[in-house]
Amino acid sequence: MTTGKILAKYEYQPAKIEKGYANQTLYINLSDRTIKAKPVTEQMKQIFTGGRGFGLWYLWNAVSGDTKWNDPENEIIIAGGPICGITQYPGSGKAAVVTLSPLTGCPIDNNVGGYFAPLLKFSGWDALEIQGKADKDVIIFIDGNKGLVTIEEADEGHDDTHLIAEELTEKYADSEEDKRNISVVSSGRGAENTLIGILNVSFYDVKRKAVRVKQAGRGGSGTVFRDKKIKAIIVKYKGVTGDSNNPADKEKIINAAIRLHREIFELDKLQNRMREVGTAHLVGIMNDYDLLPVMNFQYGSHPDAVKITSEVFREKYFTQNVPDNCWHGCSLSCAKAVDNYEVKTGPYKGQKVCVDAAEYETIAAVASNCGIFDPEYVIEANFYCDTYGLDTISFGNIVGFAMECYERGIINKEITGGLELKFGNAEAALELLHQMGRGEGFGEIAGQGVKRLREYIIEKTGADPAFLRDISMEVKGLEVSMYVSKESLAQQGGYAFANKGPQHDEAWLIFMDMVNKQIPTFEDKAEALHYFPVFRTWFSLQGLCKLPWNDIIPADNAITNEPHKIPAHVQNYVDIFTGVTGKNITREELLLQSERVFNFQRIFNLKMGRGTREYDRPPFRLMGPATKEEYESRAERYDKQLKELGYDIEGKTTEEKMTMLRQYRESQFEKLVDAVYKRRGWDKNGVPTLETVKKLGIDFPDVVELISRYRE
Amino acid sequence: MIKVNKEDMDYVDGMTIQDILKIRKYSHTMITVIVNGQVVPKDSYPTYRVKDGDVINVIHMMSGGC
Ligand code: SF4
Repeated sequence: MTTGKILAKYEYQPAKIEKGYANQTLYINLSDRTIKAKPVTEQMKQIFTGGRGFGLWYLWNAVSGDTKWNDPENEIIIAGGPICGITQYPGSGKAAVVTLSPLTGCPIDNNVGGYFAPLLKFSGWDALEIQGKADKDVIIFIDGNKGLVTIEEADEGHDDTHLIAEELTEKYADSEEDKRNISVVSSGRGAENTLIGILNVSFYDVKRKAVRVKQAGRGGSGTVFRDKKIKAIIVKYKGVTGDSNNPADKEKIINAAIRLHREIFELDKLQNRMREVGTAHLVGIMNDYDLLPVMNFQYGSHPDAVKITSEVFREKYFTQNVPDNCWHGCSLSCAKAVDNYEVKTGPYKGQKVCVDAAEYETIAAVASNCGIFDPEYVIEANFYCDTYGLDTISFGNIVGFAMECYERGIINKEITGGLELKFGNAEAALELLHQMGRGEGFGEIAGQGVKRLREYIIEKTGADPAFLRDISMEVKGLEVSMYVSKESLAQQGGYAFANKGPQHDEAWLIFMDMVNKQIPTFEDKAEALHYFPVFRTWFSLQGLCKLPWNDIIPADNAITNEPHKIPAHVQNYVDIFTGVTGKNITREELLLQSERVFNFQRIFNLKMGRGTREYDRPPFRLMGPATKEEYESRAERYDKQLKELGYDIEGKTTEEKMTMLRQYRESQFEKLVDAVYKRRGWDKNGVPTLETVKKLGIDFPDVVELISRYRE
Repeated sequence: MIKVNKEDMDYVDGMTIQDILKIRKYSHTMITVIVNGQVVPKDSYPTYRVKDGDVINVIHMMSGGC
């Protein structure tokens, strides 16, 4: 794994953590092998808080508007946040990963579990900032007890995560007991050969005696990682205790934690059963509500979906009654795994492995979205996506899109290199996955993402660009996560406006909008599209997981004033932030922390030459039926809507009705854009106004100069 | 006729909350049912009979997205 050759070495005095901060960042430049400490200033903490905020700030200062993802100036920043690393409150071990995305050209952020961020902080670093490119593969090792950072030469061996993470854990741990003190960040060969590379962040599962991984999945951060020729980053720190974060008021944290643990133990079994099946519980629900992407988002449900629901995974595959938490103290324990899975295809055929499978997004993406309803295929695809370092959501979108193009006769075997990419063909999907891993054949082309695949198909076949845009499920270059938003205008905005691209972690409003009908007016929707994206940003500033906020709710939540905000949990967050940092904040100040970073990220998109209204436009299939088949499959619904809107549909063909519906929905979307921009304090082009940046205290000279270029 | 989440639904004599949830395929477990402004306890869904003209809101809590 390493040749033993040390290329650079840096010794330091590990900082003592004070109220959640180590107050310094570890900066590494791989081009000239600089390793140094950078101070984390009070002003940084005040404005950017931590985590994603720090990542964006470092990246902002590192790149120009012309920087490309594979320029040496691009950085990868991994940072927890002040709350990261506490062991009392569930979900407190997350890392934010920030880099310029190969898919979008803009900053991408991911919130990932595993032990890396807490161990990094306790080793004395709030953030790890990596710039430059090595000339050959390297490993970065941070020993938090010895106060030592080394850049080591990596050997020629394998790249894939399930091997690297295990070998490096073995190599750097002093004993079996010591393995829990190690976390490895790695990717895989697929990340090198595509633009959809992920980072896997490990933790050692003591019960299973196995290395487990969680993914920073979206936007190609693994591709940047391998482009910098980083094979792995290892952090080692022994001595984690409940006091390691040195909080200002531990009692405050403990009191909030007790409340939440009690809810989880009493209510999870009646609510989402996260402890039994993780997020997979959503498969059946989304199918029931016509929200499960089926065959490239054409449909929202399928009779065969019963074959891939959480019941099936629970019965046959997920190991039960083991604590599946991705950081100490998370009693929600949703990180499910399949043990002793025998790999059926590819280079690891016949090996028995522990697969971190399968989350809702993965099941929907690789399976239903490709018309495949086979749980073992899900596990196989999940295993290979992870070990090759590929994003399951992007992979599922790419395959679904390619399959639809194939079935419609837009592409053929000449284009696919002989693959029969029909919906439901699991064998072909897996072969495409292996090709992406190897960087060969059609897999190499498809691995560039849906947007670039579309452009390739148009160039090669002369297919209708407008139609292909309608059915290619990407916005800003990033593939859409796994919810059908056709019947929820608010969610169409949630996806289309999301800073990083269409990922639901910024806004998930489908039930409020489509089912509960709680936000009927444009102003209501705009308010929700202001509050929730801002609130949800907060988790990634702190090193927190969002799931304990809304995947478990207090018994009396329904009788509170604003049940969707889950006020009791928001109060917990106010308490634990205050408990850790000693800074007394209100709920409003909590939101202000997020709003600053949220707007700063929008402005960062502007800096990269994007970020205006034209980049917030979704493909039509996000908004409604893009094809005759889709319309006719839900004809009763759409006919009724048109009649209620006053359209005369008597004797009209499906195509004519589709045109009417499309005109209506597109006009509604434009009205939504106006309402949301106004609520967010942005102009009609989606640019934050001078007043907004001043109010938020992010009116740095370069920000003011940048937004002034867009002034209407 | 009753109203469920602002939409009309045919009223059937003796229908319970559980029947309504089944008809509407509301399978999500994190829901709150409110009949004419009053929250109905979860354990009464099988026995609570709605009346013609009732206004029923089935509030779904969102979830998903780590
Ligand atoms: S809820 Fe799940 S993903 Fe979040 S911290 Fe806990 S185990 Fe990890």
